[in-house]
Amino acid sequence: MNTRPAVVLDDVSKTFDSGLQALASVSLQAASGEFLTLLGPSGCGKSSVLKLIAGLDTPTTGSVISPATQAPGEAATAFVFQDPTLMPWANVFDNIALPLRLAGASREMMRARIAPVLATVGLTEFAGSHPAQLSGGMRMRVSLARALVTQPRVLLMDEPFAALDEITRARLNQDLLAWWIERQLTVVFVTHSVYEAVFLSQRVLVMGARPGRILEEVEITAPYPRATTFRTSLEFQQACARLTAALDRAQAGAPA
Amino acid sequence: MNRALPVLSLLFLLLVWEGVVRGLAIPPYVLPTPSLVLLTLWSSFGSLAVSWWFTLKISFGALGLACLGGVAIACVFALSRPLEAALLPLAVMLQVTPLVAIAPLILIYVESTTAALLTCAWVIAFFPILSNTLAGLRAVDPNLADLFRLYRATRWQRLRLLLVPGALPYFLAGLRISSGLSLIGAVTAEMVAGVAGRETGLASRILEASFRSETPKMFAALVLLVLTGVLVYSGFNALSRIALWQLYGERPKENH
Repeated sequence: MNTRPAVVLDDVSKTFDSGLQALASVSLQAASGEFLTLLGPSGCGKSSVLKLIAGLDTPTTGSVISPATQAPGEAATAFVFQDPTLMPWANVFDNIALPLRLAGASREMMRARIAPVLATVGLTEFAGSHPAQLSGGMRMRVSLARALVTQPRVLLMDEPFAALDEITRARLNQDLLAWWIERQLTVVFVTHSVYEAVFLSQRVLVMGARPGRILEEVEITAPYPRATTFRTSLEFQQACARLTAALDRAQAGAPA
Repeated sequence: MNRALPVLSLLFLLLVWEGVVRGLAIPPYVLPTPSLVLLTLWSSFGSLAVSWWFTLKISFGALGLACLGGVAIACVFALSRPLEAALLPLAVMLQVTPLVAIAPLILIYVESTTAALLTCAWVIAFFPILSNTLAGLRAVDPNLADLFRLYRATRWQRLRLLLVPGALPYFLAGLRISSGLSLIGAVTAEMVAGVAGRETGLASRILEASFRSETPKMFAALVLLVLTGVLVYSGFNALSRIALWQLYGERPKENH
């Protein structure tokens, strides 16, 4: 695996206009092709980190180096929100086509690019359906397809599976890992689930709140591909225990 | 069955009305029977139709101008919060002042009667379109807006692909309300104006008939007005249902 960093945050702090300090002195690196997870209680600034990496927000102090901040026009960054964030008035095809359309792609090019992505997420027969006609899991798949269609280098995911049921979530975790390996993506994944963090990531940064900062780093050394049997292994349980302890320490200083 | 209910109840009421008037031998200049109203409508349809056409022209003209004005002002307000803060109270003041109270002033200041009637009808028809469209423009999903920023959408793309389709259901709800209001505005203004002359609307026919104690004719003009109002409202209702169905790929909830 390549170790050239795809994302670098150097001593970043973020204070909102209201005076609320969201992040204090956050430094992190994500290597190209790495699966990095930010884990922490709500209000710890996990989402703010993602927005800074996406170039949707600027740091108060410090610097952010990422494809989105270095070469904004390239659409090398994709963002997946907790909600599928689809356009309810557009069908599946048009929703996935959005980044291509905004970049001025022709209809033929959209078709050529969307067909394989639709197949990847398993929604080929639903290209003409509207979001309201799909289940929650399927809508999230559309959202993932829209993120993948530009062939991004960096994929930012803000608790994407938090609202889904356990079975759907496990399947999407599995699929996400497959796409990550196949496409050599750099993923920065935000979650508050210890199990999800362990199952997916190579490295987990544990964050604390008020102000948001990185407190600990935990490596998950289990090899990929990770099968569902990984979830019941001793290694998995030990990693979960380590992360849970780190999370407890992160919350120890903060009022509940 | 549910569709038949209002028709059945209306027929029942008309029958009771007919029976009571005949049974108590109430003279037609006090209260005509429904059958006499229908006969009068038939016999004086020639003169009523000309006035009906005039009223329709005024109310549709006002509705068209209300769409243009309401949407344009909503767009300006959506772009600039300070302008909204400065001018929305004026629009609200215009909205809460009874039309009959301002119509005489408008009739003084606007020389052409047709233009004055159009202005009166516009004054009460534009507000629902303005406030609904503004709500729609403001209701844009912030994550979706972020996505448009991430993919470097131009202002025009943002308007065409995000704001217009997002605000359309709100605009259509406003349009449905305004379609009825513009008819009310056209009639009320003409009542106040007491227009006489070559081109006059249904309100003038009602006033005329009342001066001559032609009660059946008053009712006939009223029936024509009610029918028009119901038709216009259901027409716009159907139109917006079809538009939303086309856009969202599902039957939207009725009359939301």
